[in-house]
Amino acid sequence: MRRETKVRQRVRIHKCMRFLRNRTIAAGIAERLLGPMRRLCKACGIFSRGGGANAGDRPSLWGWIFSCRWTAVVLLALGFAASFAIPRFNLVNPYYQLILMYVCINIILAISLNLVNGYMGEFSVGHAGFMAVGAYVSAILTVKVLPAGLGQVMFPLAVAAGGAVAALVGLVVAIPSFKTRGDYLAIVTLAFNMIVKSLFENIDAVGGPRGLLGISKLTTLPWVFVWTILSVWIIRNFVYSRFGRGVLSIREDEIASDMMSVNTRHVKMLAFVVSSFFAGVAGALYAHLMQFINPRMFDILKSTDILVMVYLGGIGSIAGSILGASIYTVLLEALRPLGIWRMVFMPLVLVLVMIFRPRGIMGFREFRLFMRREDYEDRPLPAPPIASQDGGEAPT
Amino acid sequence: MTMLQIERLTHRFGGLCAVQDFNLNLAAGELVGIIGPNGAGKTTVFNLITGIYRPASGSIRFKGKELAGKTSNAIASKGIARTFQNIRLFKDLSVLDNVRIAHYAQTRYSALEALLHAGRYRAEERRVRESAMLLLKTFRLEKHTHEYARNLPYGLQRRLEMARALAIRPALMLLDEPAAGMNPREIKELMDYIMWIRGQFELTILLIEHRMRLVMGICERIKVLDFGATIAEGRPDEVRNNPLVLEAYLGNEAER
Amino acid sequence: MFDSPHISAAASPASPLLSVSGLTVFYGNIRALHGISFDVMESEIVALIGANGAGKSTTLRAISGLVPHKGDVVFGGRNLRRVRPENITGMGLVQAPEGRCIFHNLSVLENLKLATWQRRDNPQITRDYERVFGCFPRLAERRHQPGGTLSGGEQQMLAIGRALMSRPRMLLLDEPSMGLAPVMVTEIFRVITEIHRDGTSILLVEQNANMALRHASRALVLETGLITHRGTGAELLGNPLVREAYLGG
Repeated sequence: MRRETKVRQRVRIHKCMRFLRNRTIAAGIAERLLGPMRRLCKACGIFSRGGGANAGDRPSLWGWIFSCRWTAVVLLALGFAASFAIPRFNLVNPYYQLILMYVCINIILAISLNLVNGYMGEFSVGHAGFMAVGAYVSAILTVKVLPAGLGQVMFPLAVAAGGAVAALVGLVVAIPSFKTRGDYLAIVTLAFNMIVKSLFENIDAVGGPRGLLGISKLTTLPWVFVWTILSVWIIRNFVYSRFGRGVLSIREDEIASDMMSVNTRHVKMLAFVVSSFFAGVAGALYAHLMQFINPRMFDILKSTDILVMVYLGGIGSIAGSILGASIYTVLLEALRPLGIWRMVFMPLVLVLVMIFRPRGIMGFREFRLFMRREDYEDRPLPAPPIASQDGGEAPT
Repeated sequence: MTMLQIERLTHRFGGLCAVQDFNLNLAAGELVGIIGPNGAGKTTVFNLITGIYRPASGSIRFKGKELAGKTSNAIASKGIARTFQNIRLFKDLSVLDNVRIAHYAQTRYSALEALLHAGRYRAEERRVRESAMLLLKTFRLEKHTHEYARNLPYGLQRRLEMARALAIRPALMLLDEPAAGMNPREIKELMDYIMWIRGQFELTILLIEHRMRLVMGICERIKVLDFGATIAEGRPDEVRNNPLVLEAYLGNEAER
Repeated sequence: MFDSPHISAAASPASPLLSVSGLTVFYGNIRALHGISFDVMESEIVALIGANGAGKSTTLRAISGLVPHKGDVVFGGRNLRRVRPENITGMGLVQAPEGRCIFHNLSVLENLKLATWQRRDNPQITRDYERVFGCFPRLAERRHQPGGTLSGGEQQMLAIGRALMSRPRMLLLDEPSMGLAPVMVTEIFRVITEIHRDGTSILLVEQNANMALRHASRALVLETGLITHRGTGAELLGNPLVREAYLGG
């Protein structure tokens, strides 16, 4: 009986959702906002769906530019030059520079979480925990271990060390989590996040709940830029490899994936370790940007923030993570005048996105810039007039 | 040479005995069918061979090596491929990716090479792609290379599933109801396909099927299961006239 | 056994129960149905046979309002164009989907209960359970077992039983014999005939053309979205072209 009422309840909720979807005025507004954007993007031809599987769109100038082999290189060079020039000549005001750095750090966080939550379809909710590990490890290194004069030189090493320790911790978390399937990972990562926080709160050597102070400001725009590009590049490489395809197949159907000789346990752990590595890197950059860290910065709410960026931008998409992190960070800053109301507004945005684009803005689609050339170059032939003459021609 | 040797295999779900004292010897190159009423434990046998379930007792030896206790992917990379009763493609991935994924175990590059796209990565990826394209051509799927598997019509999905299974370079192929949802003419074509891949890829085939036309038409040996136990075994004509089989499985209005 | 609760006021005895005209369905740019037309009379079994991808399942889905379509579907004198799928079920036109689509984690009883969602006549519902269990004794034995643990044949019975629980005037069956052992196929067709004898009309999609044609009062052959042959079951069984294409010569 109880089960039945539950089912009825669920059906009711479903009906309510559909009502919302069909009837609200918000629908009209959102469609009006999203419509032109979508058309614009279509016209530019800069989208490609995950598998590179959309037929029949004509190449346009923008499409050509975005898929040209040199575009990436040129953009990178320009970006790198800009990242030096902006702080050097104070091209934009320091507040915007700071936001720019936040955006980049959040991109690293979102993209690495997307690997687990989007591409692999598991649900990790403790990303801030790995971030904390990276932040504390790197900060301890630059503040207490490494000689002060070498700070600037040793900084990349400290960041990498933060990432490496986070990756190691990720491995420890992954080993028990991926033995069973389903929601287990969510529970374990949730617990992990809490453990990390209270652990740092109780170690006096790193300042306990007061936090670790006196970190020098080593995070600069060029460094943030380099690390962001590196993380995007490596995660993209991962996605377009046998491991990346393995990750996708696990999301689709884990048993079938195992039957097709994919070492699912291995692939899952690898993805999780890569993901935690970059969370650690982001944490290290964050620590040396804020110049002080305390355990409260890395609580569940921070993890939730990253989740929001991933789901806002679109699961299973690098472009989506970049978009999600940028929109979320910028919007959060832009809405500061709203005061406490922005915490009402932002969730509302997320709810609307989830209703109208359940997979996020980019959901499983990708800018060609991030894809491998082979995967979109040979376009599919136009579809056969009707899907039928298939019964299986006799083999030749 | 013995390809697969199953001895006294037993498996239980709760108290229910799903497979009981199942024995099977498959010589290399043989084509054997398993038939039996729904719920007789046929698919359970496949799940035991491929490591989805751990057998309660008994042994499964593939090319002389024990399989029990190995993970599914290890068993698959040793050369046992299968298809599923209700097609289990990676629906939201492209046709090409479906086949490429099955190359996982044969691809020889490390995680580091993958992360940096360096070393053996490029050459191996090219090889995998070529091998996948060749399979797609063989199964006449090449014009659907970049389509989502979900969008293929039913008949092509069945064919893609077979292509994907062959991509792991199996020595033994397990087909679970390959003819489900096909009409007699399509079944005839499927029979040609099965015979052809057996020759072309040097396969040993074990198949589960309900459509007598296919089973009687191509199997060299048939095993009949009921309630987890073997009730008959032999050449198609022997099985067809076995009174036990007629009663438990074929019924009197059997499809000819 | 299943007395029809919906008295057809709109339809006179001579007019068809279900009338499909000019039914066209597009999947993207691909036309799956090219404007097909056919009628199903009160208490008839009509079989729809054809190759994979010919559009059989699409026809059923379009009739149940599950895919967007052009053309008219008139059921019991009422055009279904503006009726939502869940209300079509309420009108007495019920589909038992291919691949069974039962709820794996709910028990047999709960699966059946879900189909009574829109009904308020509780005493009737209790009697209907008994009827379904009378039709399928196997389900009665397993009424508390989760749907997912049933064997293929039992799941198929459950899907049909569930469709019967909403007291249909007309049942749409999509490949009821798929994946079933020969004895089971005979059994399912026995039940179909029984349901039909109680006055429910049936539109049947089948790959097992032999069985379908033997049990159908009329049959249609669908090829690439067009109806190419129609006639009584016996006629089509005797038609050499149909024999060659769908019965395996």
